[in-house]
Amino acid sequence: MSDMTQAPESEATDAEPTTRMNMIQAINSAMDIMMERDPDVIVMGEDVGYFGGVFRATAGLQAKHGKTRVFDTPITECGIIGVAVGMGAYGLRPVPEIQFADYIYPALDQLVSEAARLRYRSAGEFTSPITVRSPFGGGIFGGQTHSQSPEGLFTHMSGIKTVIPSTPYDAKGLLIAAIEDNDPTLFFEPKRIYNGPFDGYWDRPSQNWSKHPAGEVPTGYYKIELGKAKIVRAGEALTILAYGTMVHVCAAVVAEARIDAEIVDLRTLVPLDIETIEASVKKTGRCMIVHEATRTSGFGAELSAIVQERCFYHLEAPIERVTGFDTPYPHSLEWAYFPGPVRIGEALKKIMKDA
Amino acid sequence: MTMASEHPRANLQPLTLHIPEPKFRPGDAVDFAEVDVPPAGEARRPDTADKASDFIDLAYTLVRVLDDDGNAVGPWDPKLSPDVMRRMLRSMALLRAFDERMFRAQRQGKTSFYMKALGEEAVAVAAAYALDYEDMCFPSYRQQGLLIARGWSLVDMMNQIYSNTADRLGGKQLPIMYSVKEAGFFSISGNLTTQYPQAVGWAMASAAKGDTRIAATWCGEGSTAEGDFHSACTFAAVYRAPVIFNVVNNQWAISSFSGFAGAEATTFAARAVGYGIAGLRVDGNDALAVYAATEWAAERARTNQGPTLIEHFTYRAEGHSTSDDPGQYRSEGEPNAWPLGDPIKRLKDHLIAIGEWDEERHAAQDKELAEQVKAAQKEAEKNGILGHGLHQPLESLFDGVFEELPWHLKEQRQQMLDEETASGRPWDRKA
Repeated sequence: MSDMTQAPESEATDAEPTTRMNMIQAINSAMDIMMERDPDVIVMGEDVGYFGGVFRATAGLQAKHGKTRVFDTPITECGIIGVAVGMGAYGLRPVPEIQFADYIYPALDQLVSEAARLRYRSAGEFTSPITVRSPFGGGIFGGQTHSQSPEGLFTHMSGIKTVIPSTPYDAKGLLIAAIEDNDPTLFFEPKRIYNGPFDGYWDRPSQNWSKHPAGEVPTGYYKIELGKAKIVRAGEALTILAYGTMVHVCAAVVAEARIDAEIVDLRTLVPLDIETIEASVKKTGRCMIVHEATRTSGFGAELSAIVQERCFYHLEAPIERVTGFDTPYPHSLEWAYFPGPVRIGEALKKIMKDA
Repeated sequence: MTMASEHPRANLQPLTLHIPEPKFRPGDAVDFAEVDVPPAGEARRPDTADKASDFIDLAYTLVRVLDDDGNAVGPWDPKLSPDVMRRMLRSMALLRAFDERMFRAQRQGKTSFYMKALGEEAVAVAAAYALDYEDMCFPSYRQQGLLIARGWSLVDMMNQIYSNTADRLGGKQLPIMYSVKEAGFFSISGNLTTQYPQAVGWAMASAAKGDTRIAATWCGEGSTAEGDFHSACTFAAVYRAPVIFNVVNNQWAISSFSGFAGAEATTFAARAVGYGIAGLRVDGNDALAVYAATEWAAERARTNQGPTLIEHFTYRAEGHSTSDDPGQYRSEGEPNAWPLGDPIKRLKDHLIAIGEWDEERHAAQDKELAEQVKAAQKEAEKNGILGHGLHQPLESLFDGVFEELPWHLKEQRQQMLDEETASGRPWDRKA
C-alpha cells in the first residue's frame, strides 16, 4: 500500500532541479517554458496580460514574452475561441484562457462545432492545436457563476480532449503535453486546490502545497502523457475513480475511515485510461465514482456504464456514484451541495456493507 | 392573466409588437421602387489612410461604378484592363455554368445537396480578383466563386460534391462545404458566421508574425445577427486586424427577408460605424464596384489601417439551396425586378460598350464553358457519384476525429466492421 506521499513518478526526464510550486505557479511555469520553446505558442484571455490573470496564472508572462504573444482580450468567449481557431489555422498554437469555466458556454459552438471538428471536416487540411485553460469547480464561495464543473458537456462531444490535474506536478506536465498536442484540449483547473490540497473539511485550516510531495516541481520541461491515469493510493478494498479536487477529498476520507481503497486519479477524461480503471476494479471488485459536477449525465454516468460493461462479473456491490446535486451551484449552501466527506463516507459504508 | 384589464393604466396606449413582413409574398406584383439606388459614380472615394469616422456616409449609400448604359464612372472605377475584366466575366460565367450543372446533378439524384450563387456571382469572383492569391479566405457556403476565380479544379470541386473516391475530404462533409488550403480557402462550416472570428484570428496571427497576407471573410446578412459576427467586429476593431468582412446582403436568409436581421432600421454596412471600423455599402451586382471596394479594403488592411466591413447589396435569384422552393415564400417576380440587374450582364454590357466584347463571343464563351463543365462532370463521375453508394473505406469514418485514434474509437471502429460482417454484405462497395 502506498499513499499520496509517494514521490513524483519518473515522468520528469532527467534529474532536473526542482522547486516548491503551487498549482498556479506550476501552470505559469508550463506556459512560460512552452513560450520559450515554441515561438508559435501565444496566450490570450480576459485580464491575462499586464495584470497576469484573475488567479495570477499568467503573471509575468507578458513582461517576459511581449504583448503580441500574451494579451488581454475583449469579453467575448465566443470571440476568444473563434479567434484561437483562426490562429490555429494560421499555424499558431494558442493557449486561450476562459476566466471561469462557468463563462465557457458562449464559446460552446466554436469549441464543439469548430475546434473539435476542424480536423475531421477538412480531412486534416486544418487543425486546432488549441489548449483552453479554465479554472473550474467550487468550494471557494463563488456562487453559481464561479463554481461549475462543465466537463461532462465536452466529454460528450467528439474530437476534443479533457484534462483535469490534481497536483502542481501533474498540472505542469499535463499542460505542457496539452499544449504540444495537435488536437484541441480543455484543461480544467480545479481552483479550490490552486493553493493547496483540500481534505473536504471547509471549516478546517487550509493547507498549502509546500508540504505536499507533488508540490515539488521540476523547474524545466517535462510532460505527462495525456490519457494516463495515476494510482495515487494503491489498495484492495475498493476502487475510487476521481479527478481534480475530489482526489484529495477521497484520500482524506479513506485515510480517516481506515479503508484500504485504491484511488485512481483519472487526470484525463478523454482519452480515458481504461486499462488502469479495468485492472483496478477487477482487482478490488468494488467501484465508487466521485465528482463534483451535477449527477445526471455527468461523467460519472459514463464511468459507471464503462465499469459495468467491462467488470460486471467482478463486481461484488453496485457501483456507487458520489456527485454534486442536480441544482445550480449554491452560494451560502455550498457545503451542502459539495460531495464532501459525509456524502463520500456514507457511500463508502454502503458499498462496503457486505465486504 | 387578466391583470392588465383589471388594473388599466389609464391614458396609456396599448403596446404593439412589430413583426417585420417583406413587401412581396407569392402572387404579389413586384415593384422595387422603394429601393434607393443612387447614381453610379456618385459615392466619394476616401484615401485608404483616412480614419473610418471620416467617411461614415459610405455605409449608407451605394458605391457603384457601372451605370445603366454600361459605362464605368466615378472615383471608384478600378480602371481595370479589358483583359482582366474579360477574365472576371469568364469566371462569373463559369461559376454560373458550374452551378447550373451541379444543381441539375442534385435533381438527378447524383448528390444530396447543392447551393447556387445565381445573381450574386460578382461578390465572390470580383473579390477574388482584387485579393492576392496568398490572402486567406474564410467563406460561407455561397462563395464557390472564390475557388473558381482562383482557377481551382472543377473536377476536384465536383469530387467533393459527389463524396466520391477522389473527394479530398473523404466524404466527410456535406456537398459544397469545400476546404482547399492550397488555394487559401478555409474549410466551410455549416454553422453560420463561425468563420468571422476565425478570420480575425488568422489575420491577427499574420500581423503578429509580421506576415504580409491578409484575411477576408463572408457571411450573409441574415447571419450578421449571430454573436460571432459581433465578437469578430469587436476583436478586429480592438487589434486593428488585417481582415475584410463581407456581408452578402442578398435579401433572403432561406425564407426570412433581411428585415429579420435588422434591415428595416439601417444598413448592414452601418454595423461598422458602431465598432469604429471602415464601412462601405456596395452595389454587389457591379463587379467593378466589388473589385474596387475589395482592393481599397485590402490596401487598408495591408497598411495596418485595420478591418473594413463591406455590405454587398445584391439579390439571391435562386432558392437558398436545393432543399427549399422560393415560390413558397416570396414573389416569383422578384429576381427579374431586382433594380440592380444581373452581374454578368452588367459587366458584359460594359465590355461591349467599350468595344472589348460582343454578343457573339459571349454566346460562344457560354457554350464553351458549358462544355468545359460537362467534361469536368464526366471526369468527376468516373470517381463515382453519391447516388451510387459509398466510396470511402468504412474504417475511414473514424479518421481525423483526433490525430491519433484513442482506444474507445478503435473499439467503436471494430464494432462497425463487425456489424458489416454480421450484415452478410459489404458496405463500402458501390451498389
